[in-house]
Amino acid sequence: MTAAPKQLHLAAHFPDANNTTVWDDPRSGSQIEFSSFEHLARKAERGLFDFFLLAEGLRLREHNGLIHELDVAGRPESLTVLAALAAVTDRLGLAATVSATFNEPCELARRLATLDHLSSGRAAWNVTTSSDALTGENFRRGGYLDPADRYTRAAEFVATARELWDSWTPDGTPRPFAHHGRHFSIEGEFTVPRSPQGHPVVIQTGDSPEGREFAASAADIVFTRHGTPEAGRAFCADVKGRLAKYGREPDDLKIMPGVAVVLGDNDAEARERAAGIRLQQVSPQNAIVALERVWGRDLSSYDPDGPLPVSDPEPASAPSRGRVRHGDSRAVAARWRELSREKGLSIRQTVIEATGRPAFVGSPRAVAAEMAEFVATGAADGFVLVPHLIPGGLDDFVDQVVPLLQERGVFRSAYTGSTLRSHLGIAEPVWKG
Amino acid sequence: MSHLRPLHLAAEIGGPPRYDPAHYTGLARLAERGALDFVTLGDSFARPGPDALAVLSRVAPDTRRIGLVPTVTTTHTEPFHVSSAVATLDWVSGGRAGWCVDVSTTAAEARLFGRRPAAPAAELWREAGEAADVGARLWDSWEDDAEIRDAATGRFLDRDKLHHTDFEGTAFGVRGPAVVPRPPQGRPVTVIDGTADAARETAARHADVVLVRATTPERTAEIRDDVHRRAAAHGRAPGTLRVLAALTVDLGDAESAPEPGLESGPPLAGHGTYYRGGPVDLADLITQWHRTGAVDGFHLTPITPGRDLERIVNGTVALLQHRSLFRTFHPGGTLREHLGLARPANRYARQGARV
Repeated sequence: MTAAPKQLHLAAHFPDANNTTVWDDPRSGSQIEFSSFEHLARKAERGLFDFFLLAEGLRLREHNGLIHELDVAGRPESLTVLAALAAVTDRLGLAATVSATFNEPCELARRLATLDHLSSGRAAWNVTTSSDALTGENFRRGGYLDPADRYTRAAEFVATARELWDSWTPDGTPRPFAHHGRHFSIEGEFTVPRSPQGHPVVIQTGDSPEGREFAASAADIVFTRHGTPEAGRAFCADVKGRLAKYGREPDDLKIMPGVAVVLGDNDAEARERAAGIRLQQVSPQNAIVALERVWGRDLSSYDPDGPLPVSDPEPASAPSRGRVRHGDSRAVAARWRELSREKGLSIRQTVIEATGRPAFVGSPRAVAAEMAEFVATGAADGFVLVPHLIPGGLDDFVDQVVPLLQERGVFRSAYTGSTLRSHLGIAEPVWKG
Repeated sequence: MSHLRPLHLAAEIGGPPRYDPAHYTGLARLAERGALDFVTLGDSFARPGPDALAVLSRVAPDTRRIGLVPTVTTTHTEPFHVSSAVATLDWVSGGRAGWCVDVSTTAAEARLFGRRPAAPAAELWREAGEAADVGARLWDSWEDDAEIRDAATGRFLDRDKLHHTDFEGTAFGVRGPAVVPRPPQGRPVTVIDGTADAARETAARHADVVLVRATTPERTAEIRDDVHRRAAAHGRAPGTLRVLAALTVDLGDAESAPEPGLESGPPLAGHGTYYRGGPVDLADLITQWHRTGAVDGFHLTPITPGRDLERIVNGTVALLQHRSLFRTFHPGGTLREHLGLARPANRYARQGARV
C-alpha cells in the first residue's frame, strides 16, 4: 500500500489595494462593495479553500508628497467585513490582517474572539507590524516604533492575546488575568468566553530573521513570498528547522506562499495572457513611479519604453511613503540594471520582470501538476491565491483546477470539519488556565 | 390630520445568549418586521459580551432595512480604527449603520488597557466629541466621486478629491485621509445619550439622534429644548436632530398591567427609565408622549429581549400602526432615510465649490 500523497492547503487573498489588482478591465468590479467580498468568499468556499484573507490599510500611500493615484486604493476594515462574511459562508476560514503596532491586546483579542464566536470557529489573525511614522500619524501613540521593538511588541502582543483567550475556563467561567511585561501592563477580566477554536488561528507575514523566529514560536501559518521551488524549499527548511526549540512539530506550522495563477487552454495561451496581465498591472506611469521609488528622485522625464538611468539612486531619500520600502536602494538599482542589460529590457519591462509575484501559468492540468509537485517536494504546504480581478478572479481556478487537484488525490473533496483549525489539521491549543 | 412629526422607534437587542449570532439575527429581523428605525447593541469593556460592531456586521447580510447601531466607546480605542469600522458597517449593510458613542469611565476599564488612569466623565466626553468630529471628517475625506478609474491617464483616484483631516485634538491627532472610501450614507448616524450633563454638550454638537432618559414628558421636553439650544449655538438646525426617549421596558405577560407606570432610576442594569406594563399600555404611553411633542420617538430596551421585543413588535407597534401613528414599512433603504435625515454634504467638496 502506498502512502497517501501529501495534502495541500488553499487560501485566497482579496487582492491588495495596489497594482496586483487590474482595475481597468471590463470585468473589474468594486473593491469596496460587500457583493465583491461575498462573491470571492463564496467561490473560495465552493472550492473548499481553507481560508479567505483580507489585508489592512492604515494610510493611503503617497508619492512625491502627494497621494498616489495610479492604483486601486480604498478598502473597508477587515474584521468588520469578515464578521459580515460569516453570515454568507459556513466553513471558510476568515482571516484578518491587523497590525500589532497600532492596536491594544485587550481590544483586538476581544474583536478576534468575537469573530471566532460569530463564525463558529473560523477566525484567523494575520499579525503584521509597522515601523512607519507615516502610518503612525493616524494614531494616538503615533510616530515611530524602533524596528527591533516592532517584533518584541508583536510577540508580547500575541502572547498577551493568548493569555486573554485562556482567561475563561473551558466551562465558561471568567477569571481575572494580569499581564505585566515590557510593552503591556494590564489586568482585569476579559469579556469574551473561550472561543470555539480555543484561540483564533495566527498567521505571520514577513520575511526578516525576526519574523521567521516569531513565526516559529507563535504562528500557525506563514504567508510568504517564496514562490519558486528552490526558494520555497530553503524557506521551509529554515523556518520548520526553528520549530523544535519551541517544542513544535514541522506540521504544526503551515507555510503558504502568495501566488498568482493564470490559466489558458494551453501553456502558450496562458503565457500570453500572463504577459498581458502584467502589462495592465504595470502601466507606463506605474513603471516610472516604481523607478522613482528606488532611485529616490523625479524621473518623470524618462521614457518608460527607454533604458534605465545610469546614475545611482539618491542616498536616504524617500519619495514614496506608506508601504514597505526596498531595503538598500543602490543594491536594488544595480540588480535592476543588470536585469535590464542581460535581457535588453526597457524601464517598463524591467519593472514588470523585477516586481512580479510568483505565478503558476499554464493549462489547468499543468498548474495542478506543478502545485502538487511543489508541495510534494517540501517547497510549501499550500498556497494563498491572489487573483488580479475582483470579483470573478477565483472562478476559473475553482472550476477548472480544484477538480484536477482532487483527481490527483492532493486536495480534499469535502470539508471534514467546520473550524479553520480542522481544515488545517492543527490542534486546538491546550488551555493554560 | 396630525400635525405631529413622524414617530421613530428603536430597540436594544442585547442580553443573553450573548455569543450566539442567531439570537441577534432573530431579534433584528423581528424589529425589521415591525418597521423600527434601528436596533442598538450595547457594549462595554467592563462586563461580559462580544464586540457589538462585529455582531451587527454579522447581522447585516441577514437583514435588509433595519438600521444597525452598535455602541462604540471612544476612551481606550483609536479614533481612526473606530471611524474605519463604522464606515465599513455602513458599506456591508448598504447604508444602515450608526454608532452610539460612549465613554469608559471606570478604573477597571483603564486597567484593561494600562495606558492611562481613569479620567472624569466630562473630560472623556470632550474626547468623545473629538472622536465624533474626526470620524465625520474622515468620512468626508474622500469626496463621493474620488474614484475615477480614468484609463486614459492611468489614474484610479483623483487626488484633488481626497483630503487630509489634519485633526489635532487634546488627546490625539489624525492626519488622514481615511482608507475606507466615503460610506453610502455619507456619514453613518451618530447616536449619543444626552441625559447626563457631562455628555449633553457633545450630544448637542455631534449627535444625529439624542437619547434622553426622563420620567415625564415635561422633563424630557426640558432636556430636548436644552439640546436644541446648544445645537443651535453650534450652528446646527435643531430640526436635523432626532430626540428619542429611552425607556427600559418590562412588558410582563398580559396585554395591560394592573398598574402600568414608570419608575425613575434603573432598578436593573438596563439604561433608560424603567417602564412596567403591558404592550397596550406602552402604546398608550408612546401615543401620549408623542402627542405632547416632547420627543421624536422612543428607544426601548426590553428587560427580556426574546419575550419583550416580540410583544413590542406584535403588540405595541401593531397598535401604533393601527392608530396610524407609525409606518407599516420602511419607505427608504438607509437609516438616514428612516430617520428623515438628509445625506450630509461633504464639507471638503463644499469648500472646493466656494473657491
